[in-house]
Amino acid sequence: MHIPDGYLSPSTCAVMYAASAPCWWAALRRTRKKLFGRTLPLLSLFAAFSFVTMMFNLPLPGGTTGHAVGVGIAAIVLGPWASLLAISLALTIQALFFGDGGITTLGANCFNMAIAGSFAAWGIYQLVSLGAAAESRRRVVAAALAGYGAINLSALLAAIEFGIQPMLFHDATGTPLYAPYPLSVAIPAMMAGHLTIAGAAEAIMSAGLFSYLRRNEPALVGIASPATARKTARSLWGALALVLLLTPLGIVASGAAWGEWAPRDFSDAAARAQIAAASGNSAAPMAAPSGLARLANLWTAPLPNYAPHFVKSAAFGYLLSAMFGVGLILVVAWVALRFTQSAKQRSEL
Amino acid sequence: MSAGVLSKTVRGFTNALAQTLVSENSAHAHGLLQTLDPRVKLLGLLALVVAAALSRRLAVIVALFGLGVVLAVASRLSLWSFAKRVWLVAFGFTAMIAAPALFLTPGQTLYALPFGSVAITGQGARSALLLIARVEADVTLSTLLVLTTPWMHLLKALRTLLVPVEVIALLAMTHRYVVLLTETANAMFESRQSRMVGRLNGREQRRLMVNTGGVLMSKTLEMGNEVFLAMQSRGFRGEVRLLTDFRLRARDYLAMSGFAAAVVAAVVMGW
Repeated sequence: MHIPDGYLSPSTCAVMYAASAPCWWAALRRTRKKLFGRTLPLLSLFAAFSFVTMMFNLPLPGGTTGHAVGVGIAAIVLGPWASLLAISLALTIQALFFGDGGITTLGANCFNMAIAGSFAAWGIYQLVSLGAAAESRRRVVAAALAGYGAINLSALLAAIEFGIQPMLFHDATGTPLYAPYPLSVAIPAMMAGHLTIAGAAEAIMSAGLFSYLRRNEPALVGIASPATARKTARSLWGALALVLLLTPLGIVASGAAWGEWAPRDFSDAAARAQIAAASGNSAAPMAAPSGLARLANLWTAPLPNYAPHFVKSAAFGYLLSAMFGVGLILVVAWVALRFTQSAKQRSEL
Repeated sequence: MSAGVLSKTVRGFTNALAQTLVSENSAHAHGLLQTLDPRVKLLGLLALVVAAALSRRLAVIVALFGLGVVLAVASRLSLWSFAKRVWLVAFGFTAMIAAPALFLTPGQTLYALPFGSVAITGQGARSALLLIARVEADVTLSTLLVLTTPWMHLLKALRTLLVPVEVIALLAMTHRYVVLLTETANAMFESRQSRMVGRLNGREQRRLMVNTGGVLMSKTLEMGNEVFLAMQSRGFRGEVRLLTDFRLRARDYLAMSGFAAAVVAAVVMGW
């Protein structure tokens, strides 16, 4: 996961530094007021702690071992802004002093693990533990999911950064100049190890440390007061609404997503040209592969192409589909919550 | 308990501490790079790393790697320990990642394997070579920076890259406590190891590791409070000041010209 120098093009590295810089700036600004109180040593020590825990060999079910980054517990204890600074500091020391991760790729590594990881871990923990009692087991599950989700999001981002290299940076003969594998190889290769080994290590470390802290240092994993919980819930609903409003951005991308072709695309000249261009100039087969043609109509989605038939505006269709999808997830989550709560009440009786 | 997990972790800590000592020792040797101004060295070596990343020609990347080797020799660094700690590790890791590219990269067939329809393509071979050479060159140049510059000088030199002074203070403190916490964790594992007879199962091993992590975190936080009180008692009022007594000398200007010439040549010839 620590991308070394040489795997990403300088322009990708520059973009990732540019993406990380405002987050570092905002985090410094937010913590600056507190930085010269107890926060200065606390941040440094937490960064050092993350660094040291990255060296722990954690035995995993199945006989293998893994390392955790510690982003899950850092986000829960410090909050996302201070956590992103602490993990960035640990990654910087690793890159500069121990050569683990590159210097040119430090922006990308910090963006993937420290920034995206911290926000993902914090968001998942807040969402799953929302309204849970201080001693609830749900909080431990939330901490595990926070670590697991954060590390997998980080891995996915790293895989995307690897996977776009051969598309964007190759010479006249088609030789990839940096990481050589396309998204179709980079994403499964990266995620296989993280959905299993690295994800399990992070989940175990997050949940274990959370349980330890709840038992011994309860103030640190601040079980939120009802007022704070309401405020957090409001922020999360606000963020969800913003993401919903941004869904029509998908229309900006031209053509179909790679690998999401319909059987009719193989007989359409324009679609064939797009497929070839997106596949390293490899010509698509003249007809849809027989398996694709056979299975394509197995299931007809109720909202094909993110828009019901009666909606003419694509943007409105995207928005409607997003609202429908989010609504469906909320209903399922609500039913699951009610089910687990009533089961718990029954067991308490 | 199986020798595996605890011993591996302790070995990792010992290696990290040993590496810290090696870096400190080599940074104070009397070699070429050690005598240069840290700011010149930081900017010069970083520019060479970027030049290696920009280059599209294998020969230029190999030349930059060669320059790194020459600088290592001139800085009295042991090539054997360089090879063991840096080149072999980077080669093993990158070769493992690059190997499938020999077959998976579409292109002209260079060599068809006698079994199946698998073939090494010219583009695949060149891509794998480019990746390995680039990683080796970059890792050599960035390791040179660490091995020839005391950590505090390196941090002060980061000011030339406009890194805020608060971040430098945070990095300095983090580095100091990385060493301290590594020693603490090492002592905790060793004392536990010395009191164990028999084997622990996987679940117990996990509990041991996580509980050690928890205790380490408690110690960390306690230390955070103590450090803050110590800082206050020594007059810390929220301002970070860095004493930078770097002064450019004739040899630094000469080195600056050398780095600039090498970077320009690499960028022009490598494009």
